[in-house]
Amino acid sequence: MIDDLIQKPAEWLRGEGPMSDIVISSRIRLARNVAGFPFLSRATDEQRCELTSILRSNIDGAATGGQWTYLDIEKLDELDRQILVERHLVSRNHAESKGSRGASVSKNERVSVMVNEEDHLRIQVLRSGLQLREIWEEINHIDDKLEDRIDFAFHPRYGYLTACPTNVGTGIRVSVMLHLPGLKLTGEIEKVFRAAKDMRLAVRGFFGEGTEATGDFFQISNQTTLGRTEEEIIDGFSRQVIPRIIEYENIERRKLLEGRVLALDDKIWRSYGVLKHCRTISSDETMLHLSHLRMGVNMGRIKILDLATVNELFLLTQPAHLQKFFGSRLNGEQRSEARADCIRRRLTES
Amino acid sequence: MLYCQQCKKQAATVHVTEIDQGEKRERHLCQNCAEEKGYTAEKVVPFGKSLAGFIVQNVGAKELAELTCPHCELTFVEFRNSGLLGCPGDYDAFERALVPLIERAHEGTSHHVGKIPRRLGTPRPLENDLVRLRGELTKAVNEEKYEQAATLRDQIKTLETES
Repeated sequence: MIDDLIQKPAEWLRGEGPMSDIVISSRIRLARNVAGFPFLSRATDEQRCELTSILRSNIDGAATGGQWTYLDIEKLDELDRQILVERHLVSRNHAESKGSRGASVSKNERVSVMVNEEDHLRIQVLRSGLQLREIWEEINHIDDKLEDRIDFAFHPRYGYLTACPTNVGTGIRVSVMLHLPGLKLTGEIEKVFRAAKDMRLAVRGFFGEGTEATGDFFQISNQTTLGRTEEEIIDGFSRQVIPRIIEYENIERRKLLEGRVLALDDKIWRSYGVLKHCRTISSDETMLHLSHLRMGVNMGRIKILDLATVNELFLLTQPAHLQKFFGSRLNGEQRSEARADCIRRRLTES
Repeated sequence: MLYCQQCKKQAATVHVTEIDQGEKRERHLCQNCAEEKGYTAEKVVPFGKSLAGFIVQNVGAKELAELTCPHCELTFVEFRNSGLLGCPGDYDAFERALVPLIERAHEGTSHHVGKIPRRLGTPRPLENDLVRLRGELTKAVNEEKYEQAATLRDQIKTLETES
């Protein structure tokens, strides 16, 4: 399964879907726990295994839109687990924790249902571009199908019960990954951070929880899960927060095109030069230059590349993907060399 | 840009709010200084711990120390340290201590208004009314319409007694 996965880019990185010049991907996840079982911090090894087996068989029955494959995360080797993290199919926490656990993944990588993460079930649907309404329809349907088979812990006052009270109620986390090089270049990004904070939204980096919002990629997600319906939370994102940020980013991009086009082109083409000719490159530097390239493609300043190629490079240059392709374990220095090789080859081919 | 309070060179990306004996203290640090001070990414917000002071203020320390869930035997102190509950029953067992904490995390509310499992049927009209009234109450309070809020509060009380 993992070897099949890495042969093609993840669907959420295809660069399709509405607003995909600025919105890389949209994701919704739901936290659910099986009634009658303790949460995982108090579950015995036997109960953990029992949960895995109950959930695994019921998830199979709830699969929608093509076949899902169940991965026994406990039995996967470290590199394969890391591949799943890089493809945003499981959380870092899920890859690195211990005990019986798994993930059921749909073939197109849109759906991933994690078993025994922080909660018994973490259902996630991930798509390219801004597609929160569509994702909600899909995930709600999956949740209904699961609910026909499993009784989830539910409280009349608090809603769906979760191991951490920050997720209680709807158990929903809506996240949108944005590429905001314009706001970053003109220094207006801080205003977005402040506005997000005022609206009680969290801003994180490319790999979500625990990663710093560096570079030009930002993941924005809700923190409040109680007291509002799922639709209200989603509409807040789709109709208010995200369109406004997109508008600000477009204003900054226009300003760059009107007043600083030479500096802009210089930045984009220098990044292209570095990526096309480097012999060793760190992952941070890669992210920076790929971001400029992505901006160049989306602003029509660079026409010899397409968005899919640039997006694909974000994934292929991650540590586990590099090692999987080169077929051996690489240390930091070797990875930087392999990364440069991989980028040069892609840019020459395209 | 907000600079790190410690090194004053890097941008502050870790924002920690601590409540110690009723006093709120905010720290703004860069990633490096935050890690040096022990606020690593995972440790930044141990949910229970950062709010420990807050809960003690509201419920009383002695009473809290004695709270234990009859189902999973988790103590409230253990929850406070890990930030994770032990079983669904904890929500009732720790109710008095948890409600202020939940309200703080969820913009002042502790009532679910979203999806309800199909096995529990569609929500009864009464429940829907309560949900709507509670929403209106929050709005009235936020807009400082206190007379309207008082009326709403009475309506909610009447409905709650009926149910």
